[in-house]
Amino acid sequence: MPRKVHVQTTINGETAEFLCEPRQSVLEVLRDVLYLTGAKEGCNNGNCGACSVILDGRLVNSCLVLGAELEGKSLETIEGLAEPDQLHPIQDAFLENAALQCGICTPGFIVAAKALLDQNPNPTEHEIRYWLAGNLCRCTGYDKIVRAVQDAAKTMSSEVSA
Amino acid sequence: MADKKEYKVVGTRPIRHDGVDKVTGRALYGADFHAVGLLHGRVLRSPHAHARIKSIDTSRAEAHPGVRAVVTAKDFPEVEDKIADLGEGAANLKDLQDNVLAGDKVLYKGHQVAAVAAIDPHTAEEALELIDVEYEVLPPVIKVLDAMQEDAPLLHEAMKTDEMGEKADKPSNIASHFQHKQGDLEKGFAEADVVVEHEYTTETVHQGYIEPHNATALYNADGHLTIWCSTQGAFAVREQVSEILQLPVSKIKVVPMEIGGGFGGKIQVYIKPIAAMLSMKTGKPVKVLMSRADVFEGTGPTPGSYVRVKMGATKDGHITAAEAYLAFEAGAYPGSPVGAAAFCVFSPYKVENGQVDGYDVVVNKPKTAAYRAPGATNAAFAAETVIDEICEKIGMDPLEFRILNSAKQGDIRIDGPPTPHVGFVETVEAAKDHPHYSAPLEGENRGRGVASGYWPNFGMASSVAINVTADGTISLVEGSTDIGGTRAAIAMQAAEVLGIPAESVTPSVVDTDSVGYTAVTGGSRTAFATGYAAYEAAQDVKRQMVERAAKLWEVAPEEVQFADGMFSTVNGKEQEIDFKGLAARLDETGGPIVGRGTANPDQPGPSIGVHVVDVEVDPDTGKIDILRYTATQDAGKAVHPSYVEGQIQGGAVQGIGWALNEEYIYNEKGEMTNASFLDYRIPTCLDLPMIDAVIVEVPNPGHPFGVRGVGETPIIAPPAAIANAVYRAIGVRLKELPMSPGRVLKTMGKI
Amino acid sequence: MRAFEYVSAKTVAEATSLLYEKGDQAKPLAGGTDLIVMVRENRRQLDRMVDIKALPETNVLSYSPDTGLSLGAAVPCHEIYADDAISAAYPGLIDAAKIIGGTAIQGRASVGGNLCNASPAADTIPPLIVLGAICVIAGPNGSTREVPVEQFCTGPGQTVLENGEFLVSFKIPPPPRNSSSFYLRFIPRNEMDIAVVGAGASVVLDDTKTSFVSARIGLAAVAPTPLLAEEAGGSLAGQEVSDDAINAAAEAAQAIARPISDMRGTAEQRTHLVGVLTRRALTGAIQRVKEA
Repeated sequence: MPRKVHVQTTINGETAEFLCEPRQSVLEVLRDVLYLTGAKEGCNNGNCGACSVILDGRLVNSCLVLGAELEGKSLETIEGLAEPDQLHPIQDAFLENAALQCGICTPGFIVAAKALLDQNPNPTEHEIRYWLAGNLCRCTGYDKIVRAVQDAAKTMSSEVSA
Repeated sequence: MADKKEYKVVGTRPIRHDGVDKVTGRALYGADFHAVGLLHGRVLRSPHAHARIKSIDTSRAEAHPGVRAVVTAKDFPEVEDKIADLGEGAANLKDLQDNVLAGDKVLYKGHQVAAVAAIDPHTAEEALELIDVEYEVLPPVIKVLDAMQEDAPLLHEAMKTDEMGEKADKPSNIASHFQHKQGDLEKGFAEADVVVEHEYTTETVHQGYIEPHNATALYNADGHLTIWCSTQGAFAVREQVSEILQLPVSKIKVVPMEIGGGFGGKIQVYIKPIAAMLSMKTGKPVKVLMSRADVFEGTGPTPGSYVRVKMGATKDGHITAAEAYLAFEAGAYPGSPVGAAAFCVFSPYKVENGQVDGYDVVVNKPKTAAYRAPGATNAAFAAETVIDEICEKIGMDPLEFRILNSAKQGDIRIDGPPTPHVGFVETVEAAKDHPHYSAPLEGENRGRGVASGYWPNFGMASSVAINVTADGTISLVEGSTDIGGTRAAIAMQAAEVLGIPAESVTPSVVDTDSVGYTAVTGGSRTAFATGYAAYEAAQDVKRQMVERAAKLWEVAPEEVQFADGMFSTVNGKEQEIDFKGLAARLDETGGPIVGRGTANPDQPGPSIGVHVVDVEVDPDTGKIDILRYTATQDAGKAVHPSYVEGQIQGGAVQGIGWALNEEYIYNEKGEMTNASFLDYRIPTCLDLPMIDAVIVEVPNPGHPFGVRGVGETPIIAPPAAIANAVYRAIGVRLKELPMSPGRVLKTMGKI
Repeated sequence: MRAFEYVSAKTVAEATSLLYEKGDQAKPLAGGTDLIVMVRENRRQLDRMVDIKALPETNVLSYSPDTGLSLGAAVPCHEIYADDAISAAYPGLIDAAKIIGGTAIQGRASVGGNLCNASPAADTIPPLIVLGAICVIAGPNGSTREVPVEQFCTGPGQTVLENGEFLVSFKIPPPPRNSSSFYLRFIPRNEMDIAVVGAGASVVLDDTKTSFVSARIGLAAVAPTPLLAEEAGGSLAGQEVSDDAINAAAEAAQAIARPISDMRGTAEQRTHLVGVLTRRALTGAIQRVKEA
């Protein structure tokens, strides 16, 4: 059996090192090796977005990246969004808008929304829906999620201009 | 009847108590549980839809490095042939056991056959390939009407139809046939000016929760079993595991982790007993997770069905008679929701002459489970489109027709009980008065449709305990899985009683050793019944607090009143203290206060939903786009309106998915060919507009705040409403679900 | 899933020899959005994945109006559609790159991987075909060869790649004057789906933009491999732009479709859709020329 590989990477701004089997995905490494269980497994084949993370600034499904591919990369996960004493505006907006029910898809949606607003601070409703089409939610019907992202965009752009 | 009242907390929109954990990724769901020395279990599933198991050889798997245990049905204890009540549906225990690990036969592709515990998930998976199962493949039967044929392959060779209470003499796949009757059907149809009758089919669909099933079990040498899992009912898991493994309930503790959706599908147990058996063999904690394909192929979908509805009405729009024939696929074991379909099919309406026949039929598909208003959507698709055609024929506005025929308090439902105090008319009127209904809809291939959905709602048992904290807050302990914000809705009802803000309540969902018996989160009962128990527990706290105030002021308890959050004397001494002030003085007045409340309320109050939808159909591709959607629903009293809206929106979208694309697709071998989120197409956010949820409040007299359950009703109306809209858009009536592009093209005669 | 070895190749030569050593038990890894799933679901067993993302040759993304586009096989979709000049020159390819999976898939998935996965339903293959893309393939011992993209796939999941070979990049000629391209697919949802049928078209019009100089039509999910509908496209050369000409081309495209029935659609539905989508693809491409 191939040996485990040693990987050095950056996770939420801090250096992280781990050993993993080549067949272990980033999702498995996060959850089973590093105990960062905020990214969820909903389908394990890239069709639900519950495992969304940001890799070198791009939104990706962590189930579709191998742990070994993280060498030298930079990863952002849901655990890295909030400040110690303050939620990220997207997190606040999800709470204010009641944009979650069971909450299993919520970390993925929030990470995906952050990736969107990082590159498009003022998206239209269609742009939001297009960007988030890879994130499935079965509880909310998406209405309040889309509104939360719209609200977060407003808050974040007013924070920038203030 | 409860009056419309103004409340301080009920009806407001506080941030949910578990919100921060859930937006930061810290909330621990079933699969997030970890334990020292954890082993990982995986399950071998049948590759065949129908086969006899000739032998299972686990020796190669057991010898695989890293494997710690293998289990099969041989490891089960003997169980009685008896029916267990699972809260939302019942099941025969032998069937339940057989469904967990197949005995003599496998009855669907995905049926669990054996399981392995190993040092890591990949090793466990590798070992599954080393289990040698010899099958004798049998012909499968997949569709309900095929399964009802006399010469159909039999799933259970000894099963005979329960024919309206009498056992038939020949084996059959029809587990039961029942009938409800009111009035004189023939006379009713004779009085009709218009009679419409059609046949409908619907395919198997899945609840589609995003979190796969999971369980971690630890069996201790002292005979105590602990299971950490996500479930709609920790007590229901305890009962099922107790029966399947023949362990006393007192030896089993079920710890409910956060749950990633259920919709009825996380009541039956599948892998929980397996995790327990693997832990019994290894003495280690064992975590078993399902894959997404496992979820589709092995867990409760909701039935495919064949429905025939015939209705008659007079020219002026009065229903004279209604008849329904409902044949439902139970899956591999009896127990489809055809009973619920029967009592929902005509229940929004006053039907004096009616008959409903229901058939529960086994087929080679996974055993069906509850799914949001189980059975009602299949039935309403037929009845509500027949009504639409009647309205067209007599030239009456379809909402006007629904108002005219609405069942009122005391009208008899087809299966016997009288209609309680309901908000049927008010809810239809809300739809009719909504700007959407009168807005112009221009453009080719566009149409607007409406439909209603009825669900009776359920009560059942709940327990709540409240501890008063010295800082003036309370901790509220409950046993209802919080699947969509019910911690908040339950906490708010206690807060209302005690005159404190919602934020002063700390609600916890706890394990089966730490709270009184509580039935499943299902049947739209949680905010209603567990909320009722919270109300009772808060009343108990209030009584005790009143006694403490009396003690403090050296007056009789009768001389203390509590209003607007203040305890005060009625004897003119003008003493008063608020909840917080009194909470700080419990030590000096006798010690801690624990309030307890239990409820088993029997008037849950039906909820009706009326949906209005605009669609556009692409006549070249057959694709239906949802342009605008409005859903009105009677919530009795919306405790947390944001989460009531969320239930309405989410339920409507599940109904839209069912209407448009969701279905289990089978090949000729009886194998599901689309067991993934890629090809089992639940709606994405790009497939939808905003969903306008309109809350109607006609208080339920069976609840202190007038609450009605809201969770299930909104899934019922969408398929019929969309079918009715499609008819107005392109002039053809779809009678099959889903109304996928290929079916639309076919119905249009384009292919 | 069997255990496998992961190696990140530093040079093309290293990659080819790592692949050659293991024969069909080794595969190059680019975005991984198909390969990782296939291996995980035991549809493919491997001893070794050779990561080719660290190679400069597979990461090239350069366009000039004179020489056309050089597109590395590992360049993820999002980088392609983020480039304005490329988006303007090859809109049909962009149509496809923007609809593969969702946003997160597009953050990893490459056009090269989409081709090498050789799905009959692959979205980028019809536009690559109509744009006349050439595949640049590296092989063992420093060999290279070029293959037109329409000849690359030989069956579902099958390609012309021999042992030790891998796709390094594409060469796509510069767009002619008065030309444009368009790709669309039919799916039951609005995103996150596999094409029931896909159709791509490229057209070159005359200076008055009223007649076809030439046209190419590519189809997906209607045969074991994506197809170049040669006659359908060829029939338009010299014709006036008209509904009749477009309808005739669409019928010619339908005539070569040999679809199957599966869980995504029936053969009849697919044949019908070939006509609908070919018309829409041609109309879309013509519209783009006229708007330019």
